Amino acid sequence: MAFSRFPYAPAPESRSIVNLRPSYGLFIGGQWAEPADGDHFKTESPSSEEVLAEVSSAGPEDVDRAVRAARRAYDEVWAPMPGKERAKYLFRVARLVQERSRELAVLESLDNGKPIRESRDVDVPLAAAHFFYHAGWADKLPYAGFGPSPEPLGVAGQVIPWNFPLLMAAWKLAPALAAGNTCVLKPAETTPLSALVLAEIFQQADLPPGVVNIVTGAGATGAALVAHPGVDKVAFTGSTEVGKQIQRAVAGTGRHLTLELGGKAANIVFDDAPLSQAIEGIVNGIFFNQGHVCCAGSRLLVQEPVAEGVVEALKRRLATLRLGDPLDKNTDIGAINSPQQLDKIRELSASGEAEGAQRWTPACPLPERGYWFPPTLFTGVAPSQRIAREEIFGPVLSVLTFRTPEEAVEKANNTTYGLSAGVWTEKGSRILYMASRLKAGVVWANTFNRFDPASPFGGYRESGFGREGGRQGLAAYLKGPLDG
Amino acid sequence: MGEGRLGVRKTYKLYIGGAFPRSESGRSYEVTGAGGEFLANVALASRKDVRDAVVAARRAQPGWSSATAYLRGQVLYRAAEMMEGRRGQFAEVVAGAEGLAAGEAASVVGAAVDRMVWYAGWSDKLAQVAGAANPVAGPYFNFSVPEPTGVVGVLAPQASSLLGLVSVLAPVVVSGNAAVVVASQERPLPAVELAEVLATSDLPGGVVNMLTGRTAELAPVLAAHRDVEALDLAGAPEGLEAELEATAAGNVKRVLRRRKPEPDWAGEPGPERMLYFVETKTVWHPIGL
Repeated sequence: MAFSRFPYAPAPESRSIVNLRPSYGLFIGGQWAEPADGDHFKTESPSSEEVLAEVSSAGPEDVDRAVRAARRAYDEVWAPMPGKERAKYLFRVARLVQERSRELAVLESLDNGKPIRESRDVDVPLAAAHFFYHAGWADKLPYAGFGPSPEPLGVAGQVIPWNFPLLMAAWKLAPALAAGNTCVLKPAETTPLSALVLAEIFQQADLPPGVVNIVTGAGATGAALVAHPGVDKVAFTGSTEVGKQIQRAVAGTGRHLTLELGGKAANIVFDDAPLSQAIEGIVNGIFFNQGHVCCAGSRLLVQEPVAEGVVEALKRRLATLRLGDPLDKNTDIGAINSPQQLDKIRELSASGEAEGAQRWTPACPLPERGYWFPPTLFTGVAPSQRIAREEIFGPVLSVLTFRTPEEAVEKANNTTYGLSAGVWTEKGSRILYMASRLKAGVVWANTFNRFDPASPFGGYRESGFGREGGRQGLAAYLKGPLDG
Repeated sequence: MGEGRLGVRKTYKLYIGGAFPRSESGRSYEVTGAGGEFLANVALASRKDVRDAVVAARRAQPGWSSATAYLRGQVLYRAAEMMEGRRGQFAEVVAGAEGLAAGEAASVVGAAVDRMVWYAGWSDKLAQVAGAANPVAGPYFNFSVPEPTGVVGVLAPQASSLLGLVSVLAPVVVSGNAAVVVASQERPLPAVELAEVLATSDLPGGVVNMLTGRTAELAPVLAAHRDVEALDLAGAPEGLEAELEATAAGNVKRVLRRRKPEPDWAGEPGPERMLYFVETKTVWHPIGL
């Protein structure tokens, strides 16, 4: 076939730029500290199963120390500091992230398994942009539409996922710090390293001790943080299931909460869509970051007249995707982040077959070591099947069809989620019709998976509440008139 | 109206889907005035009435939210006009419910009418205040607009039976949400009056549903209902809020907590309540030739 894989020579990014320490402590009060009542665990590269470093697991006492350090920094330093000074610290952080971008990108690909092309071109530049954007807000809050002198909430406890480790840290920290809060951040268990390098960056920036504290660990560490009475604000990005647990834990405490949870986005292709653009958008929508994306376009809805052609074109395109070494600059699809996630993807894919959908994958040799899943397409998917309803969080696309725009809206909204959606058509009026009817926090029209610090991101319904980014995102970290 | 004429009393019913049914349970309860005097029997709504009201709200919401903002504003303004015409009647039930002197009650009613007018005017301004064109770093047109959250359960304030009610209900519906309201348990008559006003204000049936009954019995049903997207706990019973909030997590409801003590509703509210019950939607489109 004309579009089979060209023989590319490997083009691996050197990993020598990353100088990992053998062991990392917790970052509390500006210092590295051994866990008092916690333990240690190893973080490995999902593409090679090689151990990268040993990391501390924070116990309840460690979390308590971190929250107290954040409180002290809030009371004594950060909240009283003029906004223009806070701004300059955040600008410094943005610049330091840019300066160390190559190192951060390589580290992110090592620890997470994502292709270097993505960590280099998306994760790291966007993380820097988030700090830069929010730095500018720090001394302009009175003009943000939240009253003449909006106040911070206090100490923010922030729990982030493994799919965009550095970027999610930036999404959480930048607005919180700009608004005058101090933070205790809990990175994901399988991807703690870029947050620990970010701690080094905070040291290089001379960020006052305790303004950001980083406690690594697993779910128990996050649960201790979320339940800590010294935390005024909880922010969580992760699964809807854990989000509901957190909402229950916070119930009745008067503490503030924002949640960015799962999704099952519909990517809707009309028969007049620019098809070659749409094919690229569909591929980007679901195979970007191995499909480990809460807003991934995991349900493809194609209008019937073009359904067959779209599926054929997709198959041709999927056959050209390169899966393998995340550090290779040619790689399109990296490693699955963990064996647990790989099991989940396998289980849901098996359910798709068992429930009668047709499974297709291109010929795609998988490396022997590490965790891998080939790009996978399901056709003949019924809306009732699990692969059309549940978040797979992997490189698996379910294809459904529709006839009329009304049917597309109905099918797209037939989910408990509401994070994102895509629309592909050349007709402007139809884009606006669809955009106004889709119950989703982000609608990408003739594009997909675009992010920007100025663009509010967040869900409807069980995809969570609150926004990150833009003026709206500041509300998550400021006291409002309705707060008791 | 000669002296000694026997008055025609009103039957106080529920307001569900634009109709005025009794409770499907056939139950009612006695409402007394501030002095303990008998005022009326009102419908004691059941769990099933809540579910019926949610169905009606869900059905009405898409049409209401796709009506133009101008039209929604006119409908709310029409409701204010209808309230204005019934000021005397409102003043009587507010005075009875809240134990106010006639002059005080009249001024509360006036404030409630003015509050409705204030919110009516917001319908076509909220998106301008809360929305934005976002300057993203790339060749994209990117804009954000507030959209209604969907079906909102409203526990009306317990003390302020009319002004408080209008102050929590109007901000919910003006943006295109549909509401299921549980009226003040001990002071429900002004809420039923308001329902009668709404029924004659061109407000599509089901956009507002008004239930009278025991808040502690009805609120958990609203909190648990999967077709309710948000909950205003303004009139939540003391001690029940934590449980309602935890129940609401079942489908990640947005929950506006109760302020303690009940706020003075007389002050100008600001846009916050409207902003609490909208979702920011952001749309991207490439710019190119």
